[in-house]
Amino acid sequence: METIWFILVALMLIAYVVLDGFDLGAGIINLFVARNHDERRLVLRAIGPVWDGNEVWLIAAGGALFFAFPLLYASSFSGFYLPLMIVLWLLMLRGIGIELRHHVNDPLWWSFFDFVFSVSSLFLAIFFGAAIGNVVRGVPLAANGYFFEPLWTNFRVGANPGILDWYTVITGILAFVTLTVHGAHYIALKTERELNQRSQRVASIGWWFLILITLVSLSATLYVRPQVLDNFRSRPWGWILPLVVVASLVGMRLFLKKAQFCAAFLSSAAYIAAMLGGAAFSMYPYLLPASTNPTFSLTIYNARTGIYSLSVGLIWWGLGMALAIGYFTFIYRSFAGKVRLDQEGY
Amino acid sequence: MDDALVIHRLHFAFTITYHYLFPQLTMGLAPLIVILKSLALSKKDDRYNHAARFWAKIFAINFLFGVITGIPMEFQFGTNWARFSQYSGGVIATALAMEGVFAFFLESSFLGLFLFGENRFGQRIHWLASLMVFLGSWISGFFIIVTDAWMQHPVGYEIAADGTAHLNSFWSLIFNEWAWWQYLHNMGGALITGSFAMAATGAYYVLSKKQEQYGQIFLRVGIVVATVASLSQIFPTGDRQGKLVTDYQPATLAAMEGLFESETGAAIVLIGQPDTNNMKLDNPIYIPRVLSFLTYRHWEAQVKGLKEFPRDQWPDNIPLLYYSYHIMVGLGTIFIAIMVASIFLLWRNRLFKTRWMLWILMLSFPFPYIANTAGWITAEVGRQPWLVYGLLKTHEGYSANVSAGNGLFTLLGFMGMYTILSILFIILIWREVGHGPSFLHDDQFVRAVEHV
Repeated sequence: METIWFILVALMLIAYVVLDGFDLGAGIINLFVARNHDERRLVLRAIGPVWDGNEVWLIAAGGALFFAFPLLYASSFSGFYLPLMIVLWLLMLRGIGIELRHHVNDPLWWSFFDFVFSVSSLFLAIFFGAAIGNVVRGVPLAANGYFFEPLWTNFRVGANPGILDWYTVITGILAFVTLTVHGAHYIALKTERELNQRSQRVASIGWWFLILITLVSLSATLYVRPQVLDNFRSRPWGWILPLVVVASLVGMRLFLKKAQFCAAFLSSAAYIAAMLGGAAFSMYPYLLPASTNPTFSLTIYNARTGIYSLSVGLIWWGLGMALAIGYFTFIYRSFAGKVRLDQEGY
Repeated sequence: MDDALVIHRLHFAFTITYHYLFPQLTMGLAPLIVILKSLALSKKDDRYNHAARFWAKIFAINFLFGVITGIPMEFQFGTNWARFSQYSGGVIATALAMEGVFAFFLESSFLGLFLFGENRFGQRIHWLASLMVFLGSWISGFFIIVTDAWMQHPVGYEIAADGTAHLNSFWSLIFNEWAWWQYLHNMGGALITGSFAMAATGAYYVLSKKQEQYGQIFLRVGIVVATVASLSQIFPTGDRQGKLVTDYQPATLAAMEGLFESETGAAIVLIGQPDTNNMKLDNPIYIPRVLSFLTYRHWEAQVKGLKEFPRDQWPDNIPLLYYSYHIMVGLGTIFIAIMVASIFLLWRNRLFKTRWMLWILMLSFPFPYIANTAGWITAEVGRQPWLVYGLLKTHEGYSANVSAGNGLFTLLGFMGMYTILSILFIILIWREVGHGPSFLHDDQFVRAVEHV
């Protein structure tokens, strides 16, 4: 039962990163690929009807995590207090950056909100990456299951780490590069002409950086936390995840060259899913490893709620998710195709 | 008192009070927009569509602010109230997670369709989208109230071996008696905010002789809904809530009413300042026996005063509780008076020419916000000193690992951020009300023609 909920929560987080990831990526590249008012409107129209729904996956994943593993939620949210608060502020800025721009017809107003949208998206990507890095690396948990990390200490991976150290900075950059490429694929898919071409160029150059940072971050992970290989040894079927990572990297390149943007976008989505899936696979059954004393680590067994709740949860969760996937399919189909200026919108 | 405790309480109180300014309007407006869309379909009158589009704009701005100030609320259970989350997550996280999957997905998916799909998908789909947004926002409210109701009146749980609360009856949690009455009372409050805002906007247009035909639509719809909602707040929902407080939180009732001594045939206090040092009310104005009747349906019934309860069970801020309760009830009574007078004038076809009444309606829109806020302060301050009534004290719930310094840092950050948000919000709403429904109509019309 715990394992089922571990998988479900991981899937919801993956869904969040894949879906809101392209909104963040679109924000990161917005200032570079969209050079004038109309092009920036098109970028906003590409994500406009869906970004809010995508962000809901974060809330839903957070809710599911709280539901299934209350101790993990209590411990990690209070321990990661500072970065989470900064993430909240950035999410606010990203939201107003997208939604308030079109209310006033004034170039200064537009520039301000374009800037807010881009910069908040950039920092969100980096913070989310650093957050995953923190979970993989482990945190200084005390015996009572709690910890507190300042934003940084000495940037070393040790017994007393901060949110940012050299390892989590690498995972932050990994997230930044990944979402840039992912967002560029999405904008290429949804737009035409110059906007489409500039996005292709970003995706194409970004791909080389993605190869580089993927190799760097995987080596760093093996150095910081060699235990990640344990599960791959005991459950060899897990190697399928690294294979998907490689295949999706190849796919991104090939499909982009052939101008098959939908396939390229799906490849970067598969890359994100396989990378995060690999992280979850190698962590299992740990939820939050302790850098202090391994026995203090939070696992799916010591952090879970009552079995009754988890069982009842499967019923309502299944029902709710079936509905949600129905809505998403309907909305994405409704708004499928290239965005144009003559439609309703921003 | 512990510094960190004070900071964490202020942190939650500030962010939740600010947040709830937005959902109370969106939850109140959503059904009104459905009414406007339905009128447009049934009367085949496009003016109702323009009216709905105008309110959709106001709705969208409020919705955005509700979302971005709402995400911090879910985070804060973990960030600032970790020990509470650990203790009660086994129960309340069911309600919070259900809100995510049943309400937020529905609401956010159809909001996009509602805001950007009218031309593309036609009026029937657009009507459906407005209905779905309404359902989503009301389902969301329900699960939040289920969570709060469990903190007010815990049911359906057992204490597990590790000392935390675990759910043992899903249906008891969902059908908590407290949750349903609180939900109806809360949604009535939201409807009051929405319908007063609509009526006030209508009054503004009629008084300023701009877009009068829309002003009249807003007044009609707003006043009818506001009358029903205001009356239902006193009876049955407010009455039933009062009964639940009487039965399950007697010390809270005494503090709300400013009742220090137990009384048979207890009077209800209209005005008076509680003095907790000398245990008395200054310059009270009261109506004899009414409190006994309201609480026990019997004029001579005995109502327990605060002196009957040990001090450590008293709500820790009695004056705040007393005033917020009296402000809520006082404003609620005034709302009924305003709306009964308005609907009478509307029925006699005199409202649109009765300028003094229109002035009152126009200026009345801030007061539902105050009444709703005061109501929530009554509920939450009234629950003190408990975080989960009878089970967990407030000082046992905050994140002990987050220092007062870090808490104050982010509290100040939120205050700064919300100041900026408030300025943007006022600018945008001011502009939309200035433009009005016919501006949208002309503007979209011109743009549509340009592209043909």
